[in-house]
Amino acid sequence: MANWIINHGFPAVMVLVWMTINTFLFVWYYLQYDRDDDFYYTRHLLGSALAWARAPAAVLNFNCMLILLPVCRNLLSLIRGSFVCCSRTMRKQLDKNLSFHKLVAYMIALMTAVHTIAHLLNLEWLNNSKLGVYGKLSTALSDLEDEGNETFLNPLQHIEADPQQKPIKFAFTSIAGLTGVVITLSLILIITSSMEVIRRSYFEVFWYIHHLFIVFFVGLVFHGYGRIVRSQSNTDDHNATFCKDRPDDWGKIPECPIPQFAGGEPMTWKWVIGPMIIYVCERILRFIRYMQAVQYRKIVIHPSKVLELQLRKKGFNMEVGQYVFLNCPSISQLEWHPFTMTSAPEEDFFSVHIRSAGDWTDQLIDTMQKLPEGAQGPKMGVDGPFGTASEDVFDYEVSMLIGAGIGVTPFASIMKSIWYKFKECDPKLRTRKIYFYWLCRETHAFEWFADLLQVLEKEMEERNLGDFLTYKLFLTGWDQGHTDQVIVHFDEDTDVVTGLKQKTHYGRPNWDKEFDQVRKENPASVVGTFLCGPAALAKVLQKKCAKYSDVDPRKTKFYFNKENF
Amino acid sequence: MGRIEWAMWANEQALAAGLILLAGGIVGVAGQFRGWEFASYAIAAGVFVCLLEYPRSKRAKGTSVERTGQYCFTVCVKAFGPVTRNYYVRAFLHAALCVPGGFMLATVLGCVCLGIASLIYLAAALRGEHWEPILPRKDTRKPVAESIKSPPQNPPPRPPPEIRRKQAKDVEGAAYDNPMSVTDDE
Repeated sequence: MANWIINHGFPAVMVLVWMTINTFLFVWYYLQYDRDDDFYYTRHLLGSALAWARAPAAVLNFNCMLILLPVCRNLLSLIRGSFVCCSRTMRKQLDKNLSFHKLVAYMIALMTAVHTIAHLLNLEWLNNSKLGVYGKLSTALSDLEDEGNETFLNPLQHIEADPQQKPIKFAFTSIAGLTGVVITLSLILIITSSMEVIRRSYFEVFWYIHHLFIVFFVGLVFHGYGRIVRSQSNTDDHNATFCKDRPDDWGKIPECPIPQFAGGEPMTWKWVIGPMIIYVCERILRFIRYMQAVQYRKIVIHPSKVLELQLRKKGFNMEVGQYVFLNCPSISQLEWHPFTMTSAPEEDFFSVHIRSAGDWTDQLIDTMQKLPEGAQGPKMGVDGPFGTASEDVFDYEVSMLIGAGIGVTPFASIMKSIWYKFKECDPKLRTRKIYFYWLCRETHAFEWFADLLQVLEKEMEERNLGDFLTYKLFLTGWDQGHTDQVIVHFDEDTDVVTGLKQKTHYGRPNWDKEFDQVRKENPASVVGTFLCGPAALAKVLQKKCAKYSDVDPRKTKFYFNKENF
Repeated sequence: MGRIEWAMWANEQALAAGLILLAGGIVGVAGQFRGWEFASYAIAAGVFVCLLEYPRSKRAKGTSVERTGQYCFTVCVKAFGPVTRNYYVRAFLHAALCVPGGFMLATVLGCVCLGIASLIYLAAALRGEHWEPILPRKDTRKPVAESIKSPPQNPPPRPPPEIRRKQAKDVEGAAYDNPMSVTDDE
């Protein structure tokens, strides 16, 4: 329970605060439109549908303001940087920005649906009022036109030959109607192209259609300019409760001058102008970063089509476990893709390992393969670094690092950094021993990582520090072919799959055995366990850490760190 | 956008359009709008489009993700054979279905969305895509070798009794390491 509070407490509180604000806005504006005297006559024409349309509108204003903020990653980096001293938990929560963006998007979709349905009802009833279907008061109110000493209440001013088409005609000729249709359509297209199936398989469609948000925001700002939600402006002179029964006497008796109406001022721009400016600044910053020169130090194509890029950029400072966004205009002008960095901060360059995983990566690998020896690669824009650094790793005397599948990538950076710090006897590094567990279905596309382990293995042997790093590779997707190979090469010193001294294990690790071994080899130590992998494995490891820890200071203590790389 | 299968997006858009058409139709009928007949048509058309579009097609490349409980819908849609398989038919069907929705404001949004879905389906059809049902895979097991079926006739070979008896004196050597804990205190 305590673990849940530490890991999920802050986002849970944020969501609670957000829902409270939404509920408050909805109820406040609902009551305003449902109770205020100014809207008495408007309510007579529209009933409670008026309040049902305006309350979601307020919630929509709030959420459209919020939706742009979580995707301003440079702004978030800035905020994260200012939390340097305390609250690592705060900094980690800013990484959950995309989840919040989606939550706000769902709320926008829901409120749009309520708002649209309420306005459909409104338009139908306004149409009926104009045609005299309802009582005397409604007809009298609808007859008020914008001429002489009258101001209109019912925005449907003229009677059409075909009354069924009046609402459609109004929708497509008024500012509110036309912008409403356009922005709802944009919203629907954005949502259907953002479904997980489309996003994961055809990222380009998702990304390009998502830019319809520009149309959405422009339409949203102009949506209220028609000022068609009308309220009575002379309630002091004309008391509706008294005058509602005497529509024939309006303008003829002193108590009831003709009621005057005015439209509500467009409010949306006040909500969204701030975030729109911030977002524009964000895009400008990304552009500036993109224009900054990036040099290629080395380009390596590893087996299984893995591309390693070693790059240099002036003023670039990274920490372990962070990621960057790359943009290659020769492949695609608009797309930025994230990659975890695999180099250590101690090196004078930063590197990424890129696997073939879609159109963009395939084209990049292709372009690099066609380059002549020693040439510079195509222009590359780099945005970042982003993400919380995983500095906790250096604080433990003994570390258990567990990387599953693609989760092994941040550990490349971490292990290199630990090794550099160890060689230079960095006082910040308290680690004396590392246990590294690498779980993957197949080593395809990870041979470069095996190479890294080989290099580390060799360097440690040279300094007689073979004990510093113990690593185990678990191949969970073995088959008959593997077994045959192992049988044939049984006697050899190095492993047949990785070429490393420590042999590959097959199947999933027996965590009880592993934790027992660590406990035996490190009595009276504090062990930090770090995982980059699936949530199911996180649960298992958490239980094991609890099981094998002992309060007794002479015995081992395990701390599980749920890191989100 | 090299490898995109447009039908995947057309399917999402058409399903959304069906739901919007249905919602607009319900509002039109429940509110007794002028032209409610078009609204009742929209309800029927919306339900039909949802049923047709709910089962996802199998992707030409890559893993297909089913929608929850789509198997019975897959069977129904598959039963119509070439009519539902061909995306040209779907494109023209959606284009035709969407037209009556344009006569009433409550259903006009559904009409436009379905029209857009129809255009995307046309693009899919032009690229030669077609609908494939996602059916559960039948795992073919390797045929069992003949020798397994008859039990062994002789006991397994054992070392002579003298060597076996020695183990009782050498308790240390006789014990073996349990890989998993066999005690009860977990």
